[in-house]
Amino acid sequence: MFFWIIKRDLLLAMRRRSDVLTTLFFFVIVVSLFPLSVGPEMNLLRTMAPGVVWVAALLASMLSLGRMFANDYIDGTLEQMLVSPQSLSMLVLGKVIAHWLVTGVPLVLMAPVLGIQYDLPGDALLVLTAALLLGTPVLSLIGAIGAALTLGLRGGGVLVSLLVLPLYIPVLIFGAGAVEANMSGIAFDAHLSLIGAFLLVSGVFAPWAAASSLRVSLE
Amino acid sequence: MLQGVNLACVRGERELFRDVNFSLAAGSLLQVRGPNGSGKTSLLRMLCGLSNPARGEIRWNGQSIRSGSEEYYASLTYIGHLSGTKDDLTALENLQISSALAGFEITEVQAVAALRQIGLKGRELLPVKVLSQGQRRRVVLARLLVCKTILWILDEPLVALDVAAVGLIQNLLEQHLQQGGMIVMTTHQEIDINAAAITQLQLN
Repeated sequence: MFFWIIKRDLLLAMRRRSDVLTTLFFFVIVVSLFPLSVGPEMNLLRTMAPGVVWVAALLASMLSLGRMFANDYIDGTLEQMLVSPQSLSMLVLGKVIAHWLVTGVPLVLMAPVLGIQYDLPGDALLVLTAALLLGTPVLSLIGAIGAALTLGLRGGGVLVSLLVLPLYIPVLIFGAGAVEANMSGIAFDAHLSLIGAFLLVSGVFAPWAAASSLRVSLE
Repeated sequence: MLQGVNLACVRGERELFRDVNFSLAAGSLLQVRGPNGSGKTSLLRMLCGLSNPARGEIRWNGQSIRSGSEEYYASLTYIGHLSGTKDDLTALENLQISSALAGFEITEVQAVAALRQIGLKGRELLPVKVLSQGQRRRVVLARLLVCKTILWILDEPLVALDVAAVGLIQNLLEQHLQQGGMIVMTTHQEIDINAAAITQLQLN
């Protein structure tokens, strides 16, 4: 059941590849703009890299949030989910996982390649990828609450960014912090543990909160 | 047994209906009638638990649908105005996924058989977006063939269907009632269903 939802969303993403590619190219272009505009100052670029990559990842993940529930809302699939004997939280969790697989994973895979533009050393690239791997699911989970709350509202796209971006800040701080710590030779595992903790907390709490917001949005 | 007790619906400052009472036993059909905007769809959405009545209570087997919702939803099929199908998926995928969502996982063979029975032979593998309005409606209604639920709540199920399909659906509804099922439906068309108990509920 849970897998049906994931399977369906992946199938839809396959049929409409442009949606997936826009998010990925947005990420690639935003990250690539900085070295072009700042110029080839290696030290400056190295210091900037973690922050730039993370901010671009936040924006890219937010770009696709509007679509998370909107299509299902318009064509009535969401109604059917609400009258399903399955728990709505589990269905939402399925949708979040699909959203992460479609928008989060490509960013994680692309990040080390983009990091090279900033002359990041090899182990910093690894830490950056690990931090993104742990952090991007948190972005999808928290984003689901915002997407559910703004469902069916006019101008929901702007509103969702105002709601969700402040909640992304902790992930941003510790995600970028892990890479900076690694580059200055300090232990970075505390940062990663904290992102892991965010992931666990939001994994439990966010599907439930998003499901409750969906019920309100559909009434 | 589905019961509505003193139901009222308020939209904004307007009261659409009040003191609506009905009870629906196995093998009977409740036809909700009324002009446009009289609250037929609102009543049906209430019965599905999608919105809360302003007053009153809906009971399934004597229990409020709020408390035992999982058991209630396992015995309910709702077909509303919105199709719940995805344009980019084929008729077959749509049927399989929507029935899985309703708790009935069906094989491809079962899904193909249902689609053929409802008159979509040869269209099983076409994306729904290339189908006509009536054919899309048939894809949605094919769910009635595969989901073995007791209570069907149908909002204008006959819209956009041709004469042959209307006949098909009427047969299907009759069969369901004979097997002890229950149906709540709205329609503007005159229906000709042979059933032991047809109750009309007039909203105005």
